Amino acid sequence: MSPPLLGVEGQSQCNVSFMASSASEDYISQNGLGLKERNYLGLSDCSSVDSSAVSSVAEENKNNLNLKATELRLGLPGSQSPERESDFSLLSSVKLDEKQLFPLVPSKDGICSLPQKNIVSGNKRGFADTVDGFSESKATMFTEGNWIFNAAGSGSDSGQPKLSGNVLSNRSSGTQSDIKAEAPVKATQKCDNKTNGSNTNSAPAAKAQVVGWPPIRSFRKNTLSTTSKNNEEVDGKPGPGALFVKVSMDGAPYLRKVDLRTYSTYQELSSALEKMFSCFIIGQCGSQGAPGREMLSESKLKDLLHGSEYVLTYEDKDGDWMLVGDVPWGMFIASCKRLKIMKGSDAIGLAPRAVEKSKNRN
Amino acid sequence: MPFSKNQMDPDPPEDSPSNSTNSEGANAPQSPFPDEVLEKVLSFIDSHKDRSSVSLVRKDWYNAERWTRAKLFIGNCYAVSPEIVARRFPRIKSVILKGKPRFSDFNMLPRDWGANVHSWLVVFAKVYPFLEELRLKRMFVTDESLELLAKSFPGFKALSLLSCDGFSGNGLKAIVSHCRNLTELDIQDCVTEDFAGDWLSSFPENFASLEILNFASLNSEVSFDDLERLVSQCKSLRVLKVNESITLDLLQRLLMHASQLTELGTGSFSQELTPRQYEEIERAFSNCKNLQVLSGLWEASSLYLPLIYGACAGLTFLNLSDVALQSGEFAKLLAYCPNLRRLWVTDTVEDKGLEAVGSTCPLLEELRVFPADPYDRDQRDGVTEVGFLAVSRGCRKLHYVLYFCRRMTNAAVVTIVRNCPNFTHFRLCIMNPREPDYLTNGPMDEGFGAVAKTCTKLKRLSISGLLTDLTFEYIGKYAKNLETLSVAFAGSSDRGMQYVLEGCPKLRKLEIRDCPFGNAALLSGRGKYEMMRSLWMSSCAVTIKGCRLLAKEKPGLNVEVISEEENDESQADKVYVYRSVAGPRRDAPPFVITF
Repeated sequence: MSPPLLGVEGQSQCNVSFMASSASEDYISQNGLGLKERNYLGLSDCSSVDSSAVSSVAEENKNNLNLKATELRLGLPGSQSPERESDFSLLSSVKLDEKQLFPLVPSKDGICSLPQKNIVSGNKRGFADTVDGFSESKATMFTEGNWIFNAAGSGSDSGQPKLSGNVLSNRSSGTQSDIKAEAPVKATQKCDNKTNGSNTNSAPAAKAQVVGWPPIRSFRKNTLSTTSKNNEEVDGKPGPGALFVKVSMDGAPYLRKVDLRTYSTYQELSSALEKMFSCFIIGQCGSQGAPGREMLSESKLKDLLHGSEYVLTYEDKDGDWMLVGDVPWGMFIASCKRLKIMKGSDAIGLAPRAVEKSKNRN
Repeated sequence: MPFSKNQMDPDPPEDSPSNSTNSEGANAPQSPFPDEVLEKVLSFIDSHKDRSSVSLVRKDWYNAERWTRAKLFIGNCYAVSPEIVARRFPRIKSVILKGKPRFSDFNMLPRDWGANVHSWLVVFAKVYPFLEELRLKRMFVTDESLELLAKSFPGFKALSLLSCDGFSGNGLKAIVSHCRNLTELDIQDCVTEDFAGDWLSSFPENFASLEILNFASLNSEVSFDDLERLVSQCKSLRVLKVNESITLDLLQRLLMHASQLTELGTGSFSQELTPRQYEEIERAFSNCKNLQVLSGLWEASSLYLPLIYGACAGLTFLNLSDVALQSGEFAKLLAYCPNLRRLWVTDTVEDKGLEAVGSTCPLLEELRVFPADPYDRDQRDGVTEVGFLAVSRGCRKLHYVLYFCRRMTNAAVVTIVRNCPNFTHFRLCIMNPREPDYLTNGPMDEGFGAVAKTCTKLKRLSISGLLTDLTFEYIGKYAKNLETLSVAFAGSSDRGMQYVLEGCPKLRKLEIRDCPFGNAALLSGRGKYEMMRSLWMSSCAVTIKGCRLLAKEKPGLNVEVISEEENDESQADKVYVYRSVAGPRRDAPPFVITF
């Protein structure tokens, strides 16, 4: 069964190039974009992906293409560690239907994570793998300086416990209307190798969810956060903590959405956005005369990003466009309505110094 | 129907209400005092249990009681019909009505299962024109019903909706605009679709009588100006619980008008504040000298928690279940709350936070720890037996606990109840079904056995973890005051359920899910269910045939089944058994089989 692809028509080369990753050594040693194929849900490869996506990536890399991971899915939040592959195939044997794509399995929901101990790249499952793939290579590939903004008082961010998702207290994420949707799976698969809070490196067994268990009330479904209404959660209803904002980028053909509550520092947000939008940068290298996409070496990519003059800005409650990074994280997410990745030149009015900074990097 | 002993619901009525002088024969002794005196004396008796007992003494007492009863308590709306109630009690001013079985809170019942309040209101409108209070729990309430309510009772004062669903802002609008004497509007834990917040603006212009306003769980944005006007006009307002749409700066303005509040539920607690605003808010909280109950605090972080320190000196109930605090900031906050008796928290405070509870809250009587991550998505630890132990060591007055954790040991539970033998409510939820003792890897029988044995006052028990029939044997043997028992993923055979049915004389509510109890167990309780309010069994080994048999043997019971298939041998997925004088219900939806 082929999973639905978001915007199949609009599926550009971008999706493939950045969304796939692997945690393996291959990744780096190969041409910087070694993509490992993953059988995400235990579903067979979708041939339509092959045809549209391949053209954008080097022939040599084709067999490393992680086709499943590159598909843009109508995102149910999930940032999984690479080891989850095995868990998903396990689950798929339990029930394989549409519900797979909106798994009841509590995967590593971006939404539901409280203080981040690892970087969560965002909530679209498609590029979830990048989190781990990048964690080792991050230092070499995407450095902080690529996104130019003031990381103001990182200390103020760290102490903030983020209440994310619907995880609180007497709320269950199930709703009455979802009773039929949730297949009552009686058995739970116990996870033997639970690690403490480390999402990336553990391989927790996918827990089958049991209807009405644990016995938590579900009286609060929607929150007042206007953006969260668009959020489809695993269990059908948004949680009180989700805070989705649109992210646009100059020159990109479509916008993205991120849940600000899945991050607790500017650092995390910036990394996530980098990953999300790097394809647009790579996409531009062709237009700037770079030798096409065949041999995107690691160093070449680095150059590209270092050289980029992008500034992250946001629109606050009053409608003003501000530079991201000036205020403490908590204040930022309380007032941020949408994000925009501007070209440095456009951002002159916002922060001349920031633009200077970017120029100096080159 | 004979009068039964322990019932909470109104007694089944005599054929017709009659005067004591007519019905008593020559043999019956005359009452030593006239009816008026008896009625006057009885009018002081409030508790419905006592009134039930009074009504059983003799016929004239029964009559005096029914004429003087002003408050109605109906624990199961299907146990009796509105007509029966109306016939027996002519002068009711206040009604408490409960509907769906508790497991409906956890989505185990489809939405249109029943418990619609409308038929009750139609009868009340005719018979109780002076009705003043209505408190509903787990009922289905439509806007149409709320409109009927609003227009039928000119003296209506208090509406409380707990865990209800079916209504929208329009229904509230009707209440608010028609009930001129409204003192209480309390909406808790209700399932509501998105609806407009303009209900709040429908309070009449000079409305000033409100004492209790709770709309914390409604997700509509209300007009702040109208809210502010309302709060400033209602000088007797003592309970105010707002929803998340009210930010800190707005809350400060409300507090300026209502420093007399005894219960406050804040709105959203995270906002960009200027130093000036911060000071103002801090002052506003410090001015609330009478605060006993505090809740809300959505998204409160260590940055803003200090704002409330000044209001905490008199707090007896602190509800932090809507905010994910870490142990450090939690401990700091506790230091300002020396008088806490009730505390609700999320398990983000972890064992360390609970240790702080143990050392700073000697007066604590009730503790509830809710899981921040109930579906185990983030593999967060939450709390363990360590935290619970710490609390038990420091809070010797603890008698109510609701504790969600991922691991527990028998040894810890034994120690905990030794430290706190006065538990009346012990609800321990080890979240992984059939989770064994963390240390021994064996069943949790001994732990719960110790609870049953040591806590002689135990009224309510929820068990979890890996449990064999031995647990139930202990419960049946020792828990002689037990009234409510909740069981999940436990037991080895029918004997388990039988131990409890045989052994617990005061049992009123038994709810069971995912246990290996079958028809033999179900039927063994045939003599008991009429003494109880209800029995719930889901995903057990009971078949339709067993339910049919029970229904046949016991016409005084309603046996309802929800099942995929309808033939005798198929498993009865959900079984709900309750005593009733109203017969099988006529509003059962098609998926509910009534026998």
